[in-house]
Amino acid sequence: MKISVTVNGVVHESDVEPRTLLVHYVREVVGLTGTNIGCDTSSCGACSVHVNGEAVKSCTMLAVQADGQSITTIEGMATDGVLHPMQQAFMENHGLQCGYCTPGMVMAATSLLKENPNPTEEEVRLGLEGNLCRCTGYHNIVKSVLAAAAGQ
Amino acid sequence: MTVTDDRPSAVLGTRLLRREDPALLTGEAKYTNDLDLPGALHLAVLRSPYAHARIVSVDLSAAQASPGVVAVYSGADLAGEWASPMPSAWAVTADMKNPAHYPLASSKVCYVGDGVACVLATSDVAARDALELIDVRYEPLPAVVDLEDALSDRVVIHDELSTNSSYTWDLKIEGTEGQVEQAFADAAFTVKERYVQQRLIPMAMEPRAVAAVPQPFGGDMVLYSATQIPHILKVMTALTLGIPEHQMRVIAPSVGGGFGSKLDVYAEELLCVALARKHRVPVRWNEERGEGTVATTHGRGQIQHVELAADADGKLTAVRIRLLADMGGYQQLITAGIPILGAFLYAGVYDLPQAYDFSCTGVYTTLTPTDAYRGAGRPEATYAIERAMDALADQMGIDPMDLRKRNFIRKEQFPYTAFTGLVYDSGDHLAAAEMAAEMADYDGTRARQKAQNVPGAKKLLGIGQASYFEMCGLAPSRVLASLNYSAGGWEAATVRILPTNKVQVVTGTAPHGQGHETAWSMIVADKLGIAPGDVDVLHSDTALAPLGLDTYGSRSLPVGGVAIAIACDKVIDKAKKIAAHQLEANEDDLDFTGGAFTVKGSPDRTMPLAAIAFEAFTAHNLPDGLEPNLEAQVTYDPPNFSWPFGTHICTVEVDTETGQVDVLQYVAVDDCGVQVNPLIVEGQVHGGVIQGLAQALYEEAAYDTDGNLKNASLAEYLVPAASDVPPITLGHTVTPSPTNQLGVKGIGEAGTIGAAPAVINAVVDALSGLGVTDVPMPASPHNVWKAIQAATNNSQGASK
Repeated sequence: MKISVTVNGVVHESDVEPRTLLVHYVREVVGLTGTNIGCDTSSCGACSVHVNGEAVKSCTMLAVQADGQSITTIEGMATDGVLHPMQQAFMENHGLQCGYCTPGMVMAATSLLKENPNPTEEEVRLGLEGNLCRCTGYHNIVKSVLAAAAGQ
Repeated sequence: MTVTDDRPSAVLGTRLLRREDPALLTGEAKYTNDLDLPGALHLAVLRSPYAHARIVSVDLSAAQASPGVVAVYSGADLAGEWASPMPSAWAVTADMKNPAHYPLASSKVCYVGDGVACVLATSDVAARDALELIDVRYEPLPAVVDLEDALSDRVVIHDELSTNSSYTWDLKIEGTEGQVEQAFADAAFTVKERYVQQRLIPMAMEPRAVAAVPQPFGGDMVLYSATQIPHILKVMTALTLGIPEHQMRVIAPSVGGGFGSKLDVYAEELLCVALARKHRVPVRWNEERGEGTVATTHGRGQIQHVELAADADGKLTAVRIRLLADMGGYQQLITAGIPILGAFLYAGVYDLPQAYDFSCTGVYTTLTPTDAYRGAGRPEATYAIERAMDALADQMGIDPMDLRKRNFIRKEQFPYTAFTGLVYDSGDHLAAAEMAAEMADYDGTRARQKAQNVPGAKKLLGIGQASYFEMCGLAPSRVLASLNYSAGGWEAATVRILPTNKVQVVTGTAPHGQGHETAWSMIVADKLGIAPGDVDVLHSDTALAPLGLDTYGSRSLPVGGVAIAIACDKVIDKAKKIAAHQLEANEDDLDFTGGAFTVKGSPDRTMPLAAIAFEAFTAHNLPDGLEPNLEAQVTYDPPNFSWPFGTHICTVEVDTETGQVDVLQYVAVDDCGVQVNPLIVEGQVHGGVIQGLAQALYEEAAYDTDGNLKNASLAEYLVPAASDVPPITLGHTVTPSPTNQLGVKGIGEAGTIGAAPAVINAVVDALSGLGVTDVPMPASPHNVWKAIQAATNNSQGASK
């Protein structure tokens, strides 16, 4: 099926199999591999992207459902060589180790702050419960998100 | 001439932000599955749905006709590809029984997930589609799921072994015969407990991924893999496939966590290389999470029988341990050795006389093979002794903190020669315990507990402690030899100063989240008096870093980092010869500080390293006989393990009606000697603690009686989310290791080692008033509720 999707501000016209997941489209068709795949049950959130500005696990959507939509991936977060404030907060607070969950975490966390600009620690923990990390114990991820919120 | 040197000379110990992060934060980093390999075929593996079955027939014809399929193979079809079975590097005893294990099974399957056939196709989707068309007929055999059932040999899994017992490994201390029995006979108190270390799924967030790229005419083979062990993998792949080692190159790109599960040589790595060789094109494979839960090694899986003897004051007088360890269906790389890595730690951090009796039997089951998982043997040992210490304190009617204080090895006893002959390098257990107790308000919590835990209370407060040794930094090669391990424990480093005074460091460590690039650059910057940003760290590619033994066992800093420091010293020694020559001074009269050599007492006679680097490069004016360039290579074999330690204290509230455990506070005081970068140290402890806490409260690879993994996905296997875990309060003491020049110890596994016993001790402590003496892991609401019911029924039965 032919689809037209805006990814990080650039329009991509593609012909995809109807069963193609958005995450596979982003990685294999558009060629942006920053969005990672961590599971096959929509449990881990590693593949989170923004669809029209809102965090979505890109394994829960078909590519054809993204037709006409605007997608932002982790590659679209830093601008002009400057990290997005959330990326900067993760770096400054050691909110990542192996980095595999990180793109999804950053996408989920920015979406969280959009909905709730001044979350409590508890709200950050609940807000990120769809994103799994095995390295950090979440301590510094939560700290990063709170720091990003404070710096807004 | 006066040279002002304002470059940093003391970056060690600072919270330098990680240089790895920008690439990881922006999606720029490439994991194996991100590599663009034009023309690559995709491998998919058909896995057994039976835990134990004979393969009667394999019909590949329908799959071969499937769109996009290039080839389909059964195990028998590929038998000619292997020069030897899959490697097992640790025969713990001379008579260890270890069945031949090949990347695909051909006559029998021994666990759900065992590979039986594979497809090569032009896309991952086409390959996986074709798997469904392969028709395998099985003759199912009885599953062996329970360790004690396995030991009984009711069903023998590997016919050729005629038993399920792989080995029995004893730790015997010469000249102490009869002492353990005597100590138990003389004991004022004895404890006898049985603990179960449930099976765990490591669940690194990056599933495994492999790509093999052949050079059909040149003969070389490049293997990309999401591995912790590119160097070991290179040797093992070469041997297993009959490829000359110099033609094998292994690259570990960005690796998304390992926790021991990527410390292995896997069937898919061997299959990709074999098929890339056979088809003369790149072959790649990426693991789906659902297959990874059965096809990637599991951790733990032990039944522990623990006995302690103590005198009237509670001073330990003997320890006796009997372990039953689950190998799974086959042995993977170091499966047999995992419980043995804990064998020396079942007396914990306590001053035990030479009365120690340890024996471990490894048995096969029809489950996924086990292997290293964060801590590997040492969390199990620490759990056993720390749970048993609480049981002893309970029996004596004293506070468990008090019992530990009576038994700690004291600061002044270090270096401490233990009953095993191992020397514990340094420590101050009392200081760590006292700091943790203060941070956790131990006494205040005890007072609140007394007020809260009254008869009929719905929510009960508990406080639990674990004091631990990590025994890491694998390892002195001679010690590994004594354990029959097939490799050494050294690490290699090269430090190379480029003409413009930028530095390349080549390390044999293979980071996968630990921040080695940042930490190693700090060590070099500190040594050479340059900025960390001027140091490049090359790693995880056997062509760039040919020598190394990789990353596991909290070895990277105390072995690999120390190797780098020594290489820096050698470079400085050489630079000093050039400086002496050019300054017309004696080498002995030169000081090296702040990145410059200065003649003692003549501050104006100085030469910065930058100038020497260029002189070494041009070689126009070097001392006679000195080779150009500034480079040194070091292979460092550590003289001892490193012995990090600490005390963790967990406070919980348990709902007696639902069995729900709420962690109210978690305090971890860890001592890893000198900290190169506290930011990274803290991150390691945070992550480790949560993995240990997850074993205590959430995780278990749960099997049914037919050997099916019941929670084979991230939807069912409870890796905790942010909302499931508490924040962690950290403290640390610093007791430098005297065995290396940096004074460092490992820290990667400490959190995991301390956490599980601290949490379970807290849960049992909360419920002790109800008569509960143990709660199995994971202490899920159901397991806690059952323990409460059992204790309550017992006490009611007793009162009748």
